[in-house]
Amino acid sequence: MTRTWAIAKRTLTELLRDKRTLALMFLAPIVILALLNYAFSINATTSIKVGTVNVERSVQTNLADVKHVSTANYDNRSQATEALKDQKIDAVLVEKDGQDYDVLYANTDASKTAMTRAALSNAFTKDKTGKLVNALTQMSARLGIQNPAANGQFNLEENYNYGNKDTSFFASIMPIFMGFFVFLFVFLISGISLLKERTSGTLSRLLATPVKRSEIVYGYMMSYGLVAIIQTAIIVFFTIYVLKVEVVGSILNLFLINVLLALVALAFGLFISTLAKSEFQMMQFIPIVVVPQILFSGIIPLDSMASWARIFGDILPLKYAADAMSGVVLHGVSFGGIVPDLLALLIFLLVLVTANIIGLRRYRKV
Amino acid sequence: MTYTIELQQVAKSFGNQKVLKDIDLNLKQGEILGLIGPSGAGKSTVINIALGVEQADSGQANILNQTMPNRQLLAEIGYMAQSDALYEALTAYENVAFFAEMKGINKQGLDQEIKRVADIVSLGDALYKNVAGFSGGMKRRLSLAIALIGNPRLLVLDEPTVGIDPALRRQIWHELHKMRDAGHAILVTTHVMDEAELVDRVALLLGGRIIANDAPKKLEAAYGVPTIEDVFLKAEEEESND
Repeated sequence: MTRTWAIAKRTLTELLRDKRTLALMFLAPIVILALLNYAFSINATTSIKVGTVNVERSVQTNLADVKHVSTANYDNRSQATEALKDQKIDAVLVEKDGQDYDVLYANTDASKTAMTRAALSNAFTKDKTGKLVNALTQMSARLGIQNPAANGQFNLEENYNYGNKDTSFFASIMPIFMGFFVFLFVFLISGISLLKERTSGTLSRLLATPVKRSEIVYGYMMSYGLVAIIQTAIIVFFTIYVLKVEVVGSILNLFLINVLLALVALAFGLFISTLAKSEFQMMQFIPIVVVPQILFSGIIPLDSMASWARIFGDILPLKYAADAMSGVVLHGVSFGGIVPDLLALLIFLLVLVTANIIGLRRYRKV
Repeated sequence: MTYTIELQQVAKSFGNQKVLKDIDLNLKQGEILGLIGPSGAGKSTVINIALGVEQADSGQANILNQTMPNRQLLAEIGYMAQSDALYEALTAYENVAFFAEMKGINKQGLDQEIKRVADIVSLGDALYKNVAGFSGGMKRRLSLAIALIGNPRLLVLDEPTVGIDPALRRQIWHELHKMRDAGHAILVTTHVMDEAELVDRVALLLGGRIIANDAPKKLEAAYGVPTIEDVFLKAEEEESND
């Protein structure tokens, strides 16, 4: 135990004196989260412009009434098509006769196409109901009965289970990124730290003392567990108090998930570092080890993927951490609800730690 | 007779390459054994097998009458590797203290013990400075100080005086002789042939075998040459003629 603590203390002292690495661990996540927040908030308002040719006045008005949609009238189809090519408008709507319409989407942005489609169907429905109401009003006036559509003033009060009307896409990916940063930095820095210990010969020297192999691994876990707690604290408080992201569930649960994830990342980093011969080779593992994790962590909805891809996601630790953290942040899932994810992380941890302790046998036979 | 180090018919291969063939090597208490041989002769492998870092393919390695590998026994061995193996971000004091803790040396009196070994290698003034700013020679001396911590019964020193000034080298050898006289056993590998004159016994490792093993003066007489360097060259020549 004293040896474990001495190794943890030494690792922390080394880290504390390395100002650049400290900045990387504690400032870089904040900067990136702030940038992501900015980027995804701007994206929230897409507006489209529809070019119309020969379109009935009422349909045109209804279309322009849809939020973030504007219209521009063109004399003929070729003029409108020209405007579409110049990226002045996002779609061309042509009325062939009273019932038949023809639409040409620019389709360079799938979300704009979908939005135009919705706006069009909205406008047509509104046009139809408008005419229906008119006919009904005339009819009921002639028959002398109360028009049921006349006092149809609907009121919709909007409430949000999570956040408010300004909640952006960022809120839904924030928990994933929180886990990703903890994973990435702990993975890299612990891996490189053990690698340095190996290439400088201090590992051999360490193993020429009566220290147990497990004490080395536990010492690393203790120090980087502590680093992960601090890093998580910085990320959590920054996202809650500066970026104003709402966390529905318990912050304590967030810490629990992150520390466990950091320990998995640490064990993963130590394990991978035994496969690398230099820091440069360690960096080469990022695309192989880290990038798939973020792809399968839920940023792209997993249920939209092919089943083999989902199975692949099941073997990546970040997926479980992201799942648990999304649950806590967005749905307020309690401790009981994240237990399965925590157990999955625990299994990863046990397997990797055992592999590391056995793996150190390469450097000393007892 | 009990030996501090006792290697019996040790053989070791890496892949197809036979590095050690049938090595017998003993080291008594109160003796300095110099292990010399060209680079790649397997000096480090001999040390690694003695320390239990490597397992011999056949044969037996005993230290203090116990079979290696043995983790607990490592507390009795002061080891200095060929690379300096220091934590650059830490001070010299922190480096020594860390390895002392790893060896399980009692914290009481540790401060005094650290100052004692620092004085042996003349690092007393630089004890609280970061190792990153040390010269090559200073790092080598600190590395030696770490091996000396806790006054171990067996010292294993892999090229201890590379890059160290002649005056300090002489001082270090003076200390090693003092430790030997106090009953410590010391195994030294070296490239510096005039240092080989300072040991009690020279073991010449060539082609995976110990081809000569005697006091330096006796070896010189047996080969009919004036220095150990000549013994080395002559032995190498004979080996390649075989």
